[in-house]
Amino acid sequence: MNKIKSLADLKKLQSEVQSKIKLRENGDNPENLIQIKVSMATCGIASGAKDTMNYLIEELDQQGIDAIVTQTGCMGYCYAEPTIELTVPGQPPVVYGFVNKTKALEIIEKHIKLNEMVDGIIPVAYSTIDNH
Amino acid sequence: MKDLSLHILDIVQNSIRAKAKLIGIEITELPKENHLIITITDDGTGMDPEQLRLAIDPFYTSRTTRKVGLGLSLFKQNAEMTGGSFNIESELGKGTKVTAVFGLNHVDRPVMGDLVGTLILLICSSDEIDYVFKHQTPSGKFGFDTREFKQTLENVPLNHPEVRSFLKEMLQENLEQIQITE
Repeated sequence: MNKIKSLADLKKLQSEVQSKIKLRENGDNPENLIQIKVSMATCGIASGAKDTMNYLIEELDQQGIDAIVTQTGCMGYCYAEPTIELTVPGQPPVVYGFVNKTKALEIIEKHIKLNEMVDGIIPVAYSTIDNH
Repeated sequence: MKDLSLHILDIVQNSIRAKAKLIGIEITELPKENHLIITITDDGTGMDPEQLRLAIDPFYTSRTTRKVGLGLSLFKQNAEMTGGSFNIESELGKGTKVTAVFGLNHVDRPVMGDLVGTLILLICSSDEIDYVFKHQTPSGKFGFDTREFKQTLENVPLNHPEVRSFLKEMLQENLEQIQITE
């Protein structure tokens, strides 16, 4: 049986990864990175935000795209969950609704790589009737 | 919520919003008593008695983006549906403790689901918040403290892809070892 991984193994990994990190850090500045916030409140979670977030992290990793994927609260678009807010450096943030894995891939392929917006954007001017 | 791991993810979001710095997640399986106990504690802002009374009301929320707050009510309902119980304690400035007891073998108990995925998502997505996790079954117990991970990793971030996949395997193996219930 394989030995179960422990903190000692984590230490080994730490020394392996450390050298690679120094190389990466030189070119990285958080403000120049693509930022994605996944809405992760009850409404988001119930609609599959966890799968969307995991997919985004893994797919961006695999494609070697440097991006910061974080969680945020409910943005008020519960009807359109899972929702994500995408900020491409130098551009205003864009909110996408109904982001399942297929949509997430489309956003990576078109919006992030080619800077072409795709369907499913929730307009900034949108507000609920209560706000009037 | 489809499974218990999503409930945990959801309730922990409350702690994050309450500016908690240390969050405890504890799961205890007691087959003899037919209990599965989930406890989530935090050192966040806490609630005053009036807020605490309203917290389990599905039509109460401290958010302004929407008018319902279903997280705790759904968790409570699911626990009570399996013959279990639900309790929430909170003190302003000290933090909050949520305990849900499920009937372990009850037919209506949701499955545990992707517990490893939930834990990884939580521990790798914030540098400022630390987690202490404990899971106990009749076969043994497993736990971790993210402060230990951070100490071991030094300047390597927890969300580094290689660290992430290492931790995923580590949690998977350890939870399999103690034979956690599905």
